[in-house]
Amino acid sequence: MSEVLNFHFVVDGEDFTSAGQASIKVKKNLRQLGISPETIRKVSIAMYEGEINMVIHARGGVADVNVAEDYVEIVLADKGPGIKDIEKAMQEGYSTAPDSVRSLGFGAGMGLPNMKRYTDYMNIESVVGEGTTITMRVNIE
Amino acid sequence: MNTYEHSVFLDREKCNGCTTCLRHCPTEAIRIRDNHAVINEQRCIDCGECIRICPNKAKKAVYSRFDVLDKFKWCIALPAPALYAQFDNLDEVERVRNGLLKIGFQDVFEVAAAAELVSAYTRMYLKTEGIKKPVISSACPVVMRLISLRYPSLKDNILQMLPPVEIAAMLARKSAKEQHPELSDEDIGIIFISPCPGKVSYVKNGFGDYESKVDAVISISDVYFRLINEMKPDETVETTPNFGKIGIGWAKSGGECSALLNEDYLAADGIENVNRILDQIENGNIPKLEFIELNACTGGCVGGVMTVQNPFIAKARLQSLRKYLPVSQNSVSDSPYIPEDYFFGSFPKYTPISRLSESRAESMRMMADIQKLREMLPGIDCGSCGAPNCRAFAEDVVRKTANKNDCIIMMRPEIKKYLEAKEEENDG
Repeated sequence: MSEVLNFHFVVDGEDFTSAGQASIKVKKNLRQLGISPETIRKVSIAMYEGEINMVIHARGGVADVNVAEDYVEIVLADKGPGIKDIEKAMQEGYSTAPDSVRSLGFGAGMGLPNMKRYTDYMNIESVVGEGTTITMRVNIE
Repeated sequence: MNTYEHSVFLDREKCNGCTTCLRHCPTEAIRIRDNHAVINEQRCIDCGECIRICPNKAKKAVYSRFDVLDKFKWCIALPAPALYAQFDNLDEVERVRNGLLKIGFQDVFEVAAAAELVSAYTRMYLKTEGIKKPVISSACPVVMRLISLRYPSLKDNILQMLPPVEIAAMLARKSAKEQHPELSDEDIGIIFISPCPGKVSYVKNGFGDYESKVDAVISISDVYFRLINEMKPDETVETTPNFGKIGIGWAKSGGECSALLNEDYLAADGIENVNRILDQIENGNIPKLEFIELNACTGGCVGGVMTVQNPFIAKARLQSLRKYLPVSQNSVSDSPYIPEDYFFGSFPKYTPISRLSESRAESMRMMADIQKLREMLPGIDCGSCGAPNCRAFAEDVVRKTANKNDCIIMMRPEIKKYLEAKEEENDG
């Protein structure tokens, strides 16, 4: 089976109430494909963190979920400010989120670390002033 | 094979296929076929939303008739805490107990009393090392079924203790046998007076390996109309209640939580809100909490479809009833552990009911077909095809349980062409 199934979502910026909708839809789709609950949970946690990040830092972006035979790939692309220091951003507790966002309970500096923790592969491509593309993969079974 | 016995059913005579229930079903378990609603038994969680919403009263709850009492020599009533909230001007909860004894029960064991034990043991449970937090309440049978079908990854978060009604059933039988050794097991009937069909299903099907200890479930509304004739306000009440504020508080959303004497909790009610919270817990998007109480019905158990009173009025009545009750009448201070038989054992095995096909390759192909079809569909979710929305319709078509031509919007150009051809025929 070489075919890859794609689910495409537009993540609306600055809308916290609808953030997370894409990851909920993906869960339903993955259940229909018969993917195990544990794999689905990892995908949904990683994707949710990514969605929130795009809303907080980049006024939204696009999310693509590609389901292949042995992995689920999540590609989150935005045209936001970019990440200045990726190594620093990967540290737990490090956050550049503004206070207005922190007061909502976000911006604890756990986004990227959590995305890494729940996925089997993660790559960040970021150009300051142009945007960020994060690719994550969760192996199936 | 699906052998789950449900307690929501359709009166075909009354159903005109109007699509109201179709759109309100939280699990998309309903389709309209041949102008009648059809419930998918694998998906139905017995929440009762369709009963609440049906304009033709065609959806009904299934429960035992009151004459089920005739089957037993010694009937013990297990009134749900929500029962007390149904009455106007009820000044003493013991009037309900006396009324139950007058309408045919030999004894009464209040579920509210068992609820106080569950509350006390839950406080103990939350201190157990190594348990997964937040702990999710196991009291609402609809929520339990929803989690087992849709959120299986949260099963370790569930409070492993049985719901109060089952603890009450166990204790009621034990005490009846102690007090009346002449009674055999078959003589004793444990009869739950329930606010909802969800409990009826729980009793019929058990939970995982656990078999319910309740013998029959009757509805609060049936009992209510019998009780009001027997409950005399001027009668003196000699007994004192076996439960307090904590027990009766379980009737409404937030009652179970507030009994934990801990601030780190959340209570959500109404099936849509429950789904939202469960999704957030699964995504890890939830603050650090000890306990989460979820009730499928708005307002909690007082919102059940087998009750009589508006849930908000019922809640107001609970407040005035609670005023005169002690905090709790049931303590577990002498017990260092939660008794073994208070636990339910195993969680129901996960069955991937929404899976498109057993083979993943085939599921992928089907999903690709669904995506293609969705692009062609109007996306107005009108329900005329008999599916709740265009996405569900696309799935049905690919699963071959519906025909593409059932979409009247897509058929419009065809109909137009047909009518034009016919007109030309007539003109010519």
